[in-house]
Amino acid sequence: MGIRFILMVNKQGQTRLAQYYEWLTLEERRALEGEIVRKCLARNEQQCSFVEHRNYKIVYRRYASLFFLVGVDNDENELAILEFIHLLVETMDRHFGNVCELDIMFHLEKAHFMLEEMVMNGSIVETSKANILSPIQLMDKAS
Amino acid sequence: MGSQGGFYQSKEFLDLVKSIGEARSKAEEDRIVLNEIETLKRRISEPDIPKRKMKEYIIRLVYIEMLGHDASFGYIHAVKMTHDDSLLVKRTGYLAVTLFLNEDHDLIILIVNTIQKDLKSDNYLVVCAALNAVCKLINEETIPAVLPQVMELLAHPKEAVRKKAIMALHRFYQKSPSSVSHLVSNFRKRLCDNDPGVMGATLCPLFELIARDVNSYKDLVISFVSILKQVAERRLSKAYDCHQMPAPFIQIKLLKILALLGSGDKQASENMYTVVGDIFRKCDSSSNIGNAVLYECICCVSSIYPNPKLLESAADVISRFLKSDSHNLKYMGIDALGRLIKISPEIAEQHQLAVIDCLEDPDDTLKRKTFELLYKMTKSTNVEVIVDRMIDYMISISDNHYKTEIASRCVELAEQFAPSNQWFIQTMNRVFEHAGDLVNIKVAHSLMRLIAEGFGEDDDNADSKLRSSAVESYLRILGEPKLPSVFLQVICWVLGEYGTADGMFSASDITGKLCDVAEAYSNDETVKAYATTALMKIYAFEIAARRKVDMLPECQSLMEELLASHSTDLQQRAYELQAVIGLDAHAVDCIMPSDASCEDIEVDRDLSFLNDYIQEAIEKGAQPYIPESERSGMLNISNFRNQDHHEASSHGLRFEAYELPKPAVQSRIPQALIASTEIVPVPEPMYPRESYQTTMPSIPSDAGSAELKLRLEGVQKKWGRPTYTPATSTSNSTSQKTVNGTSQGDGASTVSSMRETYDSRKPQVEVSHEKQKLAASLFGGSSKTEKRPATGHKAAKASSHMVEKSHVPKSSMEVASDKAASAQQPPDLLDLGEPTATSTALQLDPFKQLEGLLDTTEVASAVNGAPAASISPDIMALYVDTAAGIHNKNDADLLSGLSNPSVTNMPGTTAMPQVTQSSSKRPNPKDSLEKDALCRCGFACSWAVDRTIIQAILVFIYYYQIYARDCHINVIQPY
Repeated sequence: MGIRFILMVNKQGQTRLAQYYEWLTLEERRALEGEIVRKCLARNEQQCSFVEHRNYKIVYRRYASLFFLVGVDNDENELAILEFIHLLVETMDRHFGNVCELDIMFHLEKAHFMLEEMVMNGSIVETSKANILSPIQLMDKAS
Repeated sequence: MGSQGGFYQSKEFLDLVKSIGEARSKAEEDRIVLNEIETLKRRISEPDIPKRKMKEYIIRLVYIEMLGHDASFGYIHAVKMTHDDSLLVKRTGYLAVTLFLNEDHDLIILIVNTIQKDLKSDNYLVVCAALNAVCKLINEETIPAVLPQVMELLAHPKEAVRKKAIMALHRFYQKSPSSVSHLVSNFRKRLCDNDPGVMGATLCPLFELIARDVNSYKDLVISFVSILKQVAERRLSKAYDCHQMPAPFIQIKLLKILALLGSGDKQASENMYTVVGDIFRKCDSSSNIGNAVLYECICCVSSIYPNPKLLESAADVISRFLKSDSHNLKYMGIDALGRLIKISPEIAEQHQLAVIDCLEDPDDTLKRKTFELLYKMTKSTNVEVIVDRMIDYMISISDNHYKTEIASRCVELAEQFAPSNQWFIQTMNRVFEHAGDLVNIKVAHSLMRLIAEGFGEDDDNADSKLRSSAVESYLRILGEPKLPSVFLQVICWVLGEYGTADGMFSASDITGKLCDVAEAYSNDETVKAYATTALMKIYAFEIAARRKVDMLPECQSLMEELLASHSTDLQQRAYELQAVIGLDAHAVDCIMPSDASCEDIEVDRDLSFLNDYIQEAIEKGAQPYIPESERSGMLNISNFRNQDHHEASSHGLRFEAYELPKPAVQSRIPQALIASTEIVPVPEPMYPRESYQTTMPSIPSDAGSAELKLRLEGVQKKWGRPTYTPATSTSNSTSQKTVNGTSQGDGASTVSSMRETYDSRKPQVEVSHEKQKLAASLFGGSSKTEKRPATGHKAAKASSHMVEKSHVPKSSMEVASDKAASAQQPPDLLDLGEPTATSTALQLDPFKQLEGLLDTTEVASAVNGAPAASISPDIMALYVDTAAGIHNKNDADLLSGLSNPSVTNMPGTTAMPQVTQSSSKRPNPKDSLEKDALCRCGFACSWAVDRTIIQAILVFIYYYQIYARDCHINVIQPY
């Protein structure tokens, strides 16, 4: 199991999306999010995009006002995760057209659907944007 | 699509999202969410909510949970939504359920049926939604409910379904490997799927399977290599490309798998060389993803059987990473370097300045990674610099998790490579001082052991020097405020054992300090207990040396406090101390010989010192002891007992605890039966003898050799030798190389050329002299090399001294060493392991003592026996030291012949198991009351008394001696 959780957090530290691939209770999530968001937001542009926290390694990347944080196991390829974040953003861009924080807030379920296509059991299973988006487009059409 | 929400979203929802988005503080956000919870609680249970409205409510629930509040009131509505016909609504329902519930939630059972139905749907999107839910919600018990359908879906015409079905199976494997063990071959089959997406997904479960059992998948090496080759040659659809890299995520996964398969397998590795070399060449090192693949190639190359050409390419990439301005690449470079130096340690030297730059970088992440690298390349020549740096860093950070890790690494390195005892103690002091409460207590024990045993076998002088320097440093450190508990325990123990040993410090100095400790850390019972025992040792040594003992006033008040302590352990220690002080020099010297913490305790297994007593008792008409096997009445007794057992069980009382010795008798009988009945055709004496010959000798010899091995390993690995052998041999050779003139020049030239390139890149940065010095001390590369081998030699010498010590290497087998270490600890260190059966009893030889003390027993028990027996045992049992309470009675019975009414009808010996059982187990008062009651009922007559039990009793007899004089006080002491 490589990816343990994916978070989207704005620069005020407010959670915009949270998906966990291992079960944590509400309190544990709250504590974990608070700690890592504080850690990551305090870092500057020149520093590494990786932070170690407890048993996790957090790979994060900032797009405008939104931070994407991915918690991974120790033996995960950090650069690849960084690229995965970019792929996620590109995919959302393709769907929403120049995605912004509000798009994710208003269409939270769609952002989740995309993640469901890309990651299963904590592993990256799909990287083709067309494949990721086709079920979502089909659902949009049907309803 | 604009950000103002879709067509179907209500104004209410838009307002909610907006207000959350505009919330300026966490408190404001919380207020909004709490409001929302109230609204939803009212709305969501209204009848006939339209589907779209319901979907919106559910998403609002998701918001509530995401922002950290409980939305469990709405879970059931999410579950209901999964039944919906509309695909979008259904999938939203599944999404909410997977976000809300864990797999063991009670509501899951309501969803399984829906999932089953949806898995059979004609609409593949419905099937996909259900499979997503399967991956998150199915637990071990519900796997069988969906497994058949998932298996069918593996052959579904839609690739998206096949992919998700594979992942569902993967999930089952993660949850319960045994439930799908017969189905793992499906992963192999799906590897050949026409769709690259399915193939790519299949690599995830295969990676896990291979990680668990490499050998069963060696046949797939060729397939993986050819897939990787095709991917690298851009045979896959363009849709998988990332920044012109062909399917990089699949490449990375394949490289990970190849690294596993090729590890230590030359033949398999040879198949991989070409394709990995190709990827090295083709990778675009300007893009992030290109570098990700390159990094994975390095990991693969350093894992598989080494190939010089590939290692060279890997080294090139690493130096490019390290020279990069990007911190991310530097980080990856340091990590990759750490992997590669296992195979070619010499590569580290050319990057020394870059490594030191990273070490001094303000970026914490990079710094930690560099420490990890240093940890991997530590050897006896650079251990001082590295551990020093690590401790400095450890002091500077506040993250306890990492502090613990780095502290344990420091300890590990110090134990393995310490160049001198002095340095070792100083290093440990620093670690304990700053991270004491974070390190494992075993580390403290091993430090105590080390100080007690010393380093050299025959150099007593050095040992005592070591101890005095430890004592001195501890007395100094005690001045500091707020020391960690573990460290204080070590300090107290060492001061107690060796505080006055060299005569530098007087007993009042040390005891004063110890009292200060007990006072300053009065909340810490463990520290207080250590301090009390240390005080006892100091006073005992004084008495034994026939010096006058003046108890300091603060010590006296401490004792008074402890005598009335609520902690039974502290109380007992205080009484022990009091008792010891009252004894004469000879007795004290026997009880508390100085510096005897490492001495073996001799146990007189024959209990010969009791012979006189037994003789006396027999003369007075007592029954002689008959081993159980020889007792003629045994059958009757056991019959009687069986009967009792029946009766008892019908009355609801439990007697299981009393049947311990039974198996020994029984096992003898079946053996005889087997020999005589089952193996009739074989000549009877032959069979057992043969089996003896084959089995018996092998066991002891095995055990013997294992023991021998363990010792040798422990000795060699602990001192002077690095963790992994290949690195050592090569690193040694390089360091030797640098010593002789020519290659020293070489080294210097590479350094300088390295510096040139480095400078040319960063002209404004002058490589400082200090940095170079640090580099030299870390890597042993330049000027100061002559000095280094000397220390190495010293360490080696030290290691040869260690032959008799059986330290077990920490690094090699953590678990084994832990076990061994705890087993090897001198009994003294176990002080606090068992609350009341304390060290003092073990430390001295109770049996020698007994002879001298027995006279007093008779007197004491003659006097005390009557009142002790007359006081009801229930009260005695309530008293802290329960066992001793019961004990008094039996002692009286056994030793002085004074018989307690309740025990009279049994021979003295048969009552003994009772005592030991309760005493060795240290039961709580309730337990002992029960047992005591049983004892009085007289059920325990048929116990076999074996020697260990007698020994245990004797320990208690000794205790009784100490307590005898306080007996009255003990009993009336309020609990």
